[in-house]
Amino acid sequence: MSFFGLDCVKKKEKETERKIRANDREHNLSFKYATNAIKTSKYNVLTFLPLNLFEQFQRIANAYFLCLLVLQVIPAISSLSWFTTVVPLALVLSITAVKDAIDDLADLLLLSTLCLSSSHPLSPSLAVSFTLALCFCLSLCCPLGEVCCEPPNNRLDRFVGTLVWRGQKHPLDNHCVLLRGCTLRNTDWCFGLVLFAGPETKLMQNCGKSSFKRTSIDRLMNVLVLFIFGFLVFMCIILAVGHGIWEHYEGTKVMAFVPQQNEDTAFSSFLTFWSYIIILNTVVPISLYVSMEVIRLGNSYYINWDRLMFHTGSGTAAEARTTTLNEELGQIRYVFSDKTGTLTQNIMCFHKCSINGKAYEDSVIDMMMVDFSFNSLADPRFQFYDNNLLEAVKLETLEVHSFFRLLAICHTVMAEEKNNDLVYQAQSPDEGALVTAARNFGFVFRLRTPESVCVVEMGVPRTYELLAILDFNNVRKRMSVIVRSPEGKLALYCKGADTIIYKRLHDRAEESIFAGEGLRTLVLAYKDLDEEYFSEWKQRHHQASTALEGREDKLNQLYEEIEKDLLLIGATAIEDKLQDGVSQTIEQLAKADIKIWVLTGDKQETAENIGYSCNLLREEMDDIFIVAADSPEEVRQELRCVEWCEAYERDVQVTERWHGTEIKGLLILGIIFAYALEGSMELEFLRTACMCKTVICCRVTPMQKAQVVELVKKYKQAVTLAIGDGANDVSMIKAAHIGVGISGQEGMQAVLSSDFSFAQFRYLQRLLLVHGRWSYLRMCKFLRYFFYKNFTFTFVHFWFAFFCGFSAQTVYDETFIALYNLMYTALPVLGMGLFDQDVSDGWSLEYPQLYEPGQRSLYFSKGAFIKCALHSCYSSLVLFFVPYAAVRDSVSTDGHDIADHQSFALLTQTCLTVTVCVQLGLDLSYWTAVNHLFVWGSLGMYFLVTFTMQSDGLHRLYASSFPFVGTARNSLDQVTVWLTVLLTAVLCVLPVVVHRFLFMQLNPTINDKVRLKVHQMKAQPPPPRRRARIRRSSTRRSGYAFSHAYGYGDLVTSKRFLRRPVPSRSAGSTPAGRSAAFRPAGRSAGYSPSGQEQNPKQATEPTELQRYRAVHDATFCRQGVAPE
Amino acid sequence: MKAGPSRTNRPDNTAFTQQRLPAWQPILSAGIVIPGFTLIGLAFIGVGVALFVTSQKITDLEIDYTGVAATSPCFKCTSFAAENCMCQMEFTLTTLFEGPVFFYYGLTSYYQNFRTYGVSKDGYQLSGDTYYFNNPQDSCAPYQYDSNNNPIVPCGSIANSMFSDTFQLYQVVNGMKKQVPLDGKGIAWWTDYNIKYSNPALVNGSFANAFSGTVKPVNWSKPVYELDPTDQANNGFLNQNFLVWMRQAALPKFQKLYGRIAEGDYAQGLPAGNYTLLINYSYPVISFGGTKKVVLSNVSWMGGKNQFLGIAYLVIGSLCIVMAMVMLIIYAKYKFTDDDEDM
Repeated sequence: MSFFGLDCVKKKEKETERKIRANDREHNLSFKYATNAIKTSKYNVLTFLPLNLFEQFQRIANAYFLCLLVLQVIPAISSLSWFTTVVPLALVLSITAVKDAIDDLADLLLLSTLCLSSSHPLSPSLAVSFTLALCFCLSLCCPLGEVCCEPPNNRLDRFVGTLVWRGQKHPLDNHCVLLRGCTLRNTDWCFGLVLFAGPETKLMQNCGKSSFKRTSIDRLMNVLVLFIFGFLVFMCIILAVGHGIWEHYEGTKVMAFVPQQNEDTAFSSFLTFWSYIIILNTVVPISLYVSMEVIRLGNSYYINWDRLMFHTGSGTAAEARTTTLNEELGQIRYVFSDKTGTLTQNIMCFHKCSINGKAYEDSVIDMMMVDFSFNSLADPRFQFYDNNLLEAVKLETLEVHSFFRLLAICHTVMAEEKNNDLVYQAQSPDEGALVTAARNFGFVFRLRTPESVCVVEMGVPRTYELLAILDFNNVRKRMSVIVRSPEGKLALYCKGADTIIYKRLHDRAEESIFAGEGLRTLVLAYKDLDEEYFSEWKQRHHQASTALEGREDKLNQLYEEIEKDLLLIGATAIEDKLQDGVSQTIEQLAKADIKIWVLTGDKQETAENIGYSCNLLREEMDDIFIVAADSPEEVRQELRCVEWCEAYERDVQVTERWHGTEIKGLLILGIIFAYALEGSMELEFLRTACMCKTVICCRVTPMQKAQVVELVKKYKQAVTLAIGDGANDVSMIKAAHIGVGISGQEGMQAVLSSDFSFAQFRYLQRLLLVHGRWSYLRMCKFLRYFFYKNFTFTFVHFWFAFFCGFSAQTVYDETFIALYNLMYTALPVLGMGLFDQDVSDGWSLEYPQLYEPGQRSLYFSKGAFIKCALHSCYSSLVLFFVPYAAVRDSVSTDGHDIADHQSFALLTQTCLTVTVCVQLGLDLSYWTAVNHLFVWGSLGMYFLVTFTMQSDGLHRLYASSFPFVGTARNSLDQVTVWLTVLLTAVLCVLPVVVHRFLFMQLNPTINDKVRLKVHQMKAQPPPPRRRARIRRSSTRRSGYAFSHAYGYGDLVTSKRFLRRPVPSRSAGSTPAGRSAAFRPAGRSAGYSPSGQEQNPKQATEPTELQRYRAVHDATFCRQGVAPE
Repeated sequence: MKAGPSRTNRPDNTAFTQQRLPAWQPILSAGIVIPGFTLIGLAFIGVGVALFVTSQKITDLEIDYTGVAATSPCFKCTSFAAENCMCQMEFTLTTLFEGPVFFYYGLTSYYQNFRTYGVSKDGYQLSGDTYYFNNPQDSCAPYQYDSNNNPIVPCGSIANSMFSDTFQLYQVVNGMKKQVPLDGKGIAWWTDYNIKYSNPALVNGSFANAFSGTVKPVNWSKPVYELDPTDQANNGFLNQNFLVWMRQAALPKFQKLYGRIAEGDYAQGLPAGNYTLLINYSYPVISFGGTKKVVLSNVSWMGGKNQFLGIAYLVIGSLCIVMAMVMLIIYAKYKFTDDDEDM
């Protein structure tokens, strides 16, 4: 594109209107709208170095070290050579720069479009007006169509524009646009006109909103670093004051051999302050942040590498998309889960049916799979295991035939033929499943026109005249069709929720179908109609449907009237199968004291059933509170009531375990969120909800999902995790501390905005209980040790100050100061952060309770930090005063004095290195070969480097750079030196051992217990691999789902779809049957854009996200713009 | 076909990627901690006893000659007027002071570890680089150039403040003073003498010429090339006393080797008897409240006399034993049960 970049030069006036002509490149180019190139990278090859350095120095820690560097070149206060700061800083900067470069230059270009789209005319479910589409199809050929619309903005719910075509103006609203990130469903192609491209797309305009997530450890670290800064200044003030006092009283003495350059005590104290800032700077460890990043990165890779989180079926491995949040995974207290597609597979199966009182079941194990080869139109993917049903069909049992006939006729599915393959486009997956079941049993739904339904019944094509569709809605919970058979018989076929249909049966005695099993079923019934009555009814129906006032009520009355005295045919049970291991995972997470809230758009019954089938609700939870009130006051009352009951129970069971009272389920209907989240009731809601073991919120909108998460984040100060798979979970995923996306069925939106992604819900337990726990443990151990080693290192300087006249003299060799954090102690602690495990993964899963310390932030907190500092304080005292006492006036075995500063420095730093190494060894609970290499290697490296730095050769090369020449060899050959090293190490470490041992005996943590157990088990039998927890799946409840949606009856009877597909149209490989083609609508069941009609009480304005969802699901939108 | 991508995506099954690296997993069990403490305790007590006994066997003798007290023989030298003041200290040995005996001088309240003092020298100069003779480094200031802007060699505070007292030790045998030879050779570190410091090359066959154009440190009475008139080789930067002084002490109280008594009649040590220490008193310490002393000491396998290590080892060894017993009692009494009950 030739003009790329030009618009940057010429700053345009603010755009007020945008004009685009179809197929008129010159016209469109003249406006210099943004191209489709999105540059999300910050750098290119040339700008990388300056920009990256600039970025890095904006980080407070790096800026601090830059300031230090400046201080160090001021001779009056330079207490350390510049290289002690430059070497670590350069290393840290370059490591970070390399990481930035890899991160950044990897995703240079993202292409996107925002297009005005028309649907493929053959896909009725894409509800954008066909006429408009046709206009556009034509306008594609001639450059006449012109769109005037608003300038780019970030509002997802709004679009205003007009289409001028052939002199006629057509309004355009947000139902006519497809936003970047949308996926086309139920169609293979569409025509579009690009309105906004690249950075101007609504999605990109919204991108800035996603906030940068930080872990609670990060936030704690920020506080601690500030605290450390304060502490550093405090120490330096003490030392500066000490210097002042010392110089005032004894300064004259120094004069004898070192004349003071400045006589002013105050000024000299001031300089001393800065000198000590330089010396003690190591309390704020420069390599801390970069080491933390490395550890997090490593632990992220472990997640990516985990074969046990790899889903063979889809070939997807788990992915840590954010590499900075790992340790937070070990602290989760609330999990917010989506239902469909997350807990369930979102694949509907025709699972059971009952015809004329006889049940046919899918779950009988010894049955052979039914062979549908007799039926050339059968869907090969369909499976059923009860051959009796097929026998019944073949025997032409009347009831069985009418059962399947009903299934083949009474629905709103569209059929389409692609490559001689029959493909169903269903608005809800379960409808698709039912029609597919009928198809396989020989009642093949072939074709639909607005007035007829063509069915091939056992090989014989029959066309039923479709006289009326009595559409489904949430109140009716049923749908009916009235058809005239080829023989001319009029019949009403009805299917609906069991409770509803039972009331409308002619003979109410038949209510016992599946009752023993308590199944939620879809019941099928029919009724023969009288011709006269029907024509009269039809008349009234027509009147009602054209009535201006109260149309809805009138229609409903009419439906009521005709849908009665039904005759029962049978019942079906459609199952949205739970994913593998869901209930076991939930049980495990519950044991780890992780509260799971299911937030679903689904209906109450579905949610409840899912709750039972995945162990969230149990049979023993007798009290399941269902809060479903209609007004704020009622909601408040119901919440109070729950609370009160809880309190009462607690009093009753006070002698039992306190937790006993927690076994409560709470079901909350989404409608009440409008009230519950109003503010005044927020807390009440939260208090009640948190008292319950299980919370299931149904009929919640995406925005409400996010609100619930925010609410818990705000008031419970707990770490939250949201897991979901669809676009409607994005807000929740972004709101939670950790967002997990299930990659698989529902497109990529959830995964793209998530921090971690994997294919199956059950991997969550491994992510949290194994990876999360380890990451948290490692990070905490790392931090504790890191602070310990740096504080110990630094505090020795503090003590030495009292013996060197507060002159900012260093205890150690400068090379040691430069290399301590980088070379001598970096790798062992990094090894701990990457490899340490207290117990193996199997044991972690065996004892989910091991997770609890993380939730309570036991391993690293302010308290733990203070403990670290005190421990360091003790160690530094030992490390200074033991060598001090040992070296005082000491002489070597050949009489030379070895109490010189260089020998003392060497002795102290050797003591320090050995001590922190031993301390690390004590902290390390998992010594792999790598750890051995790191620990012994670092120690070896220390001596190697020390001897090299103090060797004759180097001194001969650069005399003044290596003043320590010969110190190591003169002093390290003394027995007393080694005895001192041993003494300090033992004195530093043994109290820690005693402390830990006694605590382990007197107050053992769960960790101690499990570790001891593992230890004991190792001698005897192998550790129990995770017991197969075959939990008897509840027979009484099962997760049957309805996901019908309102509004399809009109659609299929309207003439807005073409009658026949164009046979020559090359078809892609859109999967048919129960898989992809059914997907889109399943999700919409919970939230449909026309929800306001269904829930008139929901008075709140639809939020932006709801609307976004509405746009996204434009497929279900009936109000397409029809310019007729 | 379908297995294709899934196989390639599948993470490698290595011990590293699956975090199953074989590892040693020690825990602080009673079986390790209690015997460990006992063993450490016993070992420490053993070492402690050895150290303590050895240290007790080492003889040392300190003679403070600062002369603060008016009764002190060196009191007369403390006044500012005293030039080339000599004083004598008498002491008596009742038993043989076993050799080899080392002769140290010690100073207190002397901050050789003061930072600005410590950096005040020129490493290049001291390694014999003559360029720096004329251009001493700034670190030497204010002892970089003298008032006439002549470069000072050796420059800097450390050199300038070199200890200048000299000692002679006499045994009084039958009223006669018999000089005890103090061997000042080899008292500096081998590396300092051979590696770290070097004299400049002779100029026109003269050592002094190498220093032409430079002046001696202000506090010195003799230039660096004439430090030891008795031994031509013991001059310049390689003068043993100079080398010893240049190795700054770590703490404000220190002692430095002055000479060894290992020759002639005194090879076996100093016999019992009366001794006289003749001091050429020139180094002022009263001004800053310091003291000066002379220390005579012999050494053992653990070096010089040091009570601290022996006592520390004994104390810590005993504490270990005590703690081992305490832990044993607590373990026996409170050890947690391994039932699953709470887990």
